[in-house]
Amino acid sequence: MNKTDTTSQTPETKTSKENHNESIWQALLVPVLAVVTGLFLGGIVILASGENPINAYGALFTGSFGKPANFIEGISVLFSTGDTAALIKAIYPFTESLVIATPYIFAGLSVALGFRCGLFNIGAEGQFFIGALVSAFVGYSLKGLPMIIHLPIAILAGAAGGALWGMVPGYLKARFGAHEVVNTIMMNWIAFRLSDWLLSGPMKASGFRPVTPNVLASAELPRFFPEPLRFNLGFFIALLVAYFIYWFLFKTTLGFEIRAVGANPDAAKYAGMNIIRNFVLVMALAGALAGLAGSSQVLGVDHWVGQGFSAGYGFDAIAIALLGKSHPAGVVMAALLFGFLRGGATNMQSMAGIPIDIISIIQGLVIVFIAAPGIIRWLYRIRTIKTEETVLTRGWGS
Amino acid sequence: MTQETHIKTAFEKRKQQAYGITLLVTGLIIYLLFGLNTEAGLLTTFGLNLAGTNAIPIDDLIVPAQATVYLMSAIAAFVGAYQLARGVRSTGALLGIVAFTFVVAFLTWAAAGKSFNLTGMLTSSLVRATPIALAALCGVISERSAVINIGIEGIMLIAAQVAVVTATLSQNLYVGLILAILIGGLVAAFHAFLVIRFKVDQVVSGVAINIFGAGMTSFISSRFLQKATDALNNSGTFPIISVPGFSKIPVLGPVLFENNLIVYLTLLLVVVLHVMLFHTPWGLRTRAVGEHPKAADTLGINVYFVRYVNVILGGMITGLGGAYFTIGSVGRFDEIMTAGKGFIGLAAMIFGKWNPIGAFSSSLIFGFADSLQVKLQILRVPIPSEFLLMAPYIVTMIILTGVVGRAIPPAADGQHYEK
Repeated sequence: MNKTDTTSQTPETKTSKENHNESIWQALLVPVLAVVTGLFLGGIVILASGENPINAYGALFTGSFGKPANFIEGISVLFSTGDTAALIKAIYPFTESLVIATPYIFAGLSVALGFRCGLFNIGAEGQFFIGALVSAFVGYSLKGLPMIIHLPIAILAGAAGGALWGMVPGYLKARFGAHEVVNTIMMNWIAFRLSDWLLSGPMKASGFRPVTPNVLASAELPRFFPEPLRFNLGFFIALLVAYFIYWFLFKTTLGFEIRAVGANPDAAKYAGMNIIRNFVLVMALAGALAGLAGSSQVLGVDHWVGQGFSAGYGFDAIAIALLGKSHPAGVVMAALLFGFLRGGATNMQSMAGIPIDIISIIQGLVIVFIAAPGIIRWLYRIRTIKTEETVLTRGWGS
Repeated sequence: MTQETHIKTAFEKRKQQAYGITLLVTGLIIYLLFGLNTEAGLLTTFGLNLAGTNAIPIDDLIVPAQATVYLMSAIAAFVGAYQLARGVRSTGALLGIVAFTFVVAFLTWAAAGKSFNLTGMLTSSLVRATPIALAALCGVISERSAVINIGIEGIMLIAAQVAVVTATLSQNLYVGLILAILIGGLVAAFHAFLVIRFKVDQVVSGVAINIFGAGMTSFISSRFLQKATDALNNSGTFPIISVPGFSKIPVLGPVLFENNLIVYLTLLLVVVLHVMLFHTPWGLRTRAVGEHPKAADTLGINVYFVRYVNVILGGMITGLGGAYFTIGSVGRFDEIMTAGKGFIGLAAMIFGKWNPIGAFSSSLIFGFADSLQVKLQILRVPIPSEFLLMAPYIVTMIILTGVVGRAIPPAADGQHYEK
């Protein structure tokens, strides 16, 4: 959490230093209130379905952070006997939430990068799948390589697969004006069908279940704790990539061009910027990021790919990007939030009997509140401040 | 000026050549892919009678497989060569010929030595086109007033669930139908409220509706429906109604005049919306608001009111489409059962050039592709079924590129209007 707090000190709006703190506060106010309102309305849904929202959210909290009592007990056992088992058990929920947050960071960055260029990438889900499949294939088929070579190749192959999947809608948008929203969704369905075929045929492991073979140990992202903790290097790679995207968007000429195209394509065009190249580049990069999400999941967590592997990471990523205001630091914070929500939701399902889909309901609400800050301002009687609104999408793009 | 026309003709010439070459290549592909793989002497039977219908029986169409495939390949090649040499204006007809020859050759090859029920295929095409057409009609009516509704998928899921649950509880399918239509209108009203009153990005609002709809219906499904299937999620479906007299017509009878209520309502809606959009004052106002809201406003048309009404009407049509999924076809709700049909409907709308009849016709093409893939699995065609399942999505993407005729949306589509 410390890491994200420090990166959030870099505001996206160019305000003078006196307004610095105030602008961060203003930037955080609406997202925080949107999440709080979303959780509140989610609580009403839980109540309407005949359960106690306080119990449910209690189970959500202990499921995402762990029980404080267990944590204290774990430390005392460690000091008295030197046995780490109790402590590891206590930190399990917390690290598991970070594990879930890892693909969210990548996928959220993917959608956020698209938004910055005025492109709406709903295809993160399909790109995630393709990235995972390509990484898995490289992970189990290349034999005899040392980890220092095998692991990077597997990761990059996943990114390349995702990039290819993202580039197609990007090119169709740039060349023919075909709307990327519909095309990325179509690419999602094609990816699902393709993976169904791959998993039941060419990439199927021996046995009955339609899953790939396990990736080799040399392609696995190293884990920091013994089983069953799955916390791995992927989380730190995600943070690093988030910083890279921040640097790319705000400190390089290309990043400036991308933001210019996103803010006003006509003006960017007259300033001599190549819209087509930017569209293709951004969609390829966004695809690569979503591919990395799949790659980190397969190489760091599951070690194999099966049907229904993704569980909606690509769609959650839309909410994350909107919540994070398409800023890499914001995306990391939003991804952590959703990691904790999803991590706790499993516990909430088993303890309180609330289906995990409640998270999607909350997400839909949060997106509405983020996209319509007017509602939040009206609800909480917040003064309207004139800020520059990011244009997210425009018509059918023709 | 002269230079401009010169460039234009050069461009047209290139386009004409491209079409000609495409046709020639199609002829060659038909020959190589299907012609060489069809054994000589095999017959293909196209069944024209459907068991259990009122139609007067007629003889099935039996053709020699190889000769038919060769004929199709020759037609495509001939038209291609003619196009290269002379050039025909109507590219739509040319593409129709390409598609026709390819599909006929493909079916003849796939069913060589076997029997293939053509009437059954056409019937299921119309049925499968129904939800797509309803989604497309919703798109047409809201986008003609310049509001993009990408949340069709989510609205259909919600309406599908409401329809089946209320129909099961009340033991009355019509209650389910009406409530599905109303909830569709209600969710669309919320969309309209967000985009008109709060100026929310139209696509983002639609995506939020999709995520919320998928989450809410899955939540209710796993919390309640799965535990009490018989009490909540088992409504039965609308019966097939045969139109007396007309249903006796061979082929056309079973396809058009033996359907359930929702299919008939869809056919009716196509006509009604066409008349409404192009032959009533309301339609004129709608189109004015969609093309040039400022001018419409100046003439005293209430832009916001027109948009609200159209989006809500569209939502009600989508609600009908949602009802089709449950009480119109299987009588039960499954999670995410719409499987992207809402988005395919939007593609059909674009392909149909924001026109009710065009949108319906292109929905039929998608319905045909959809039912083709099911039939081919039965025929054991040596193509993995997953690839056949991809076909509608790939067709959608090709259509969106505008290669098949450029579609121009209403000028103000997707834009907010500020007085």
